[in-house]
Amino acid sequence: MKPPVSTIMFALCMGTALTFGTIAVGAEKIPASSIPAEYLVQPASLAATLQSTSGPPPLVLQVGFRKLFDEAHIVAAEYVGEADESEGLAALRERVAKLPKDSAIVIYCGCCPWKKCPNMGAAFAALQKLGFLNVKALYIAKDFGTDWIDKGYPVTKGG
Amino acid sequence: MPRLRRVLGAAAICACLSMRILAAGGAAEPAGRLNSIAPDFTRTDLSGRPLRLDQFRGRVVLLNFWATWCAPCIEEIPVFSRWQRRYGAAGLQVIGVSMDDDEAAVKRFLAKHGVPYPILMGDAKLGESFGGVYGLPQSFLIDTQGRIVFRNVGELDLEALRSQIEGLIGIH
Repeated sequence: MKPPVSTIMFALCMGTALTFGTIAVGAEKIPASSIPAEYLVQPASLAATLQSTSGPPPLVLQVGFRKLFDEAHIVAAEYVGEADESEGLAALRERVAKLPKDSAIVIYCGCCPWKKCPNMGAAFAALQKLGFLNVKALYIAKDFGTDWIDKGYPVTKGG
Repeated sequence: MPRLRRVLGAAAICACLSMRILAAGGAAEPAGRLNSIAPDFTRTDLSGRPLRLDQFRGRVVLLNFWATWCAPCIEEIPVFSRWQRRYGAAGLQVIGVSMDDDEAAVKRFLAKHGVPYPILMGDAKLGESFGGVYGLPQSFLIDTQGRIVFRNVGELDLEALRSQIEGLIGIH
């Protein structure tokens, strides 16, 4: 089966970035905008999925910052840590290590505007590299408060 | 006597209800909202000095939640530094609240970039007390009475904010 064109483009981007040294070893600086649109999920869509009883919910992983997670996070989301740092990436790899490659996984951050998020690109690239086929990135345009909490989507407060 | 007891009982219930209503009225104002009094807090800043928000009553306070990993926050800091230097004597006090998880990263940042205003470490509790800091940057402008007169989530319109600050401190 041929991989989709966007996946090939994403791989090429990663390869180019590695070639020119813009990706630091351990702490990968990959912009969220490098994630192909077909891998994005909108907040309304994820909220509907989480509130649906028709199937098992995806594994939701927060790949951002602890204090923001402690304030509020998506119901049932697990804290993994900032994918911008090698510790966070290691925690992400460890969390998914025993999962089947077709597991439904949603990653999110929401620390800051999408185009400036330091974590989403690195987390998505890591999961792609590990061979996970069913990964979605929650598209948070502005921040978690504006695009999730203020919309009334399900949230848990406190770590 | 039974009648007196009933009257006193009713009066007590009324008093309790009135107090509850008053209390509910006080609590109805959500934290961090415009025109509410900014919640006081006490922390030690990263230079080791104790800092209480209410100690700045009488000054205009720009309270900025930020982090070293937040690119738009880092872009704003040199501007806030200029404002602190330019307007500090006229009554502006900038306070930075870092939401970094790693205090050492903040100290490294401050050692590299001189910031002429106090920086303290925030946490989920402090964020919640301001109505929730769920994304960065986030800034509050607090007037001399301690009232929140401006709140912004995300990147600021710096020129508009500067005009508002100048108005509050009486520079036109």
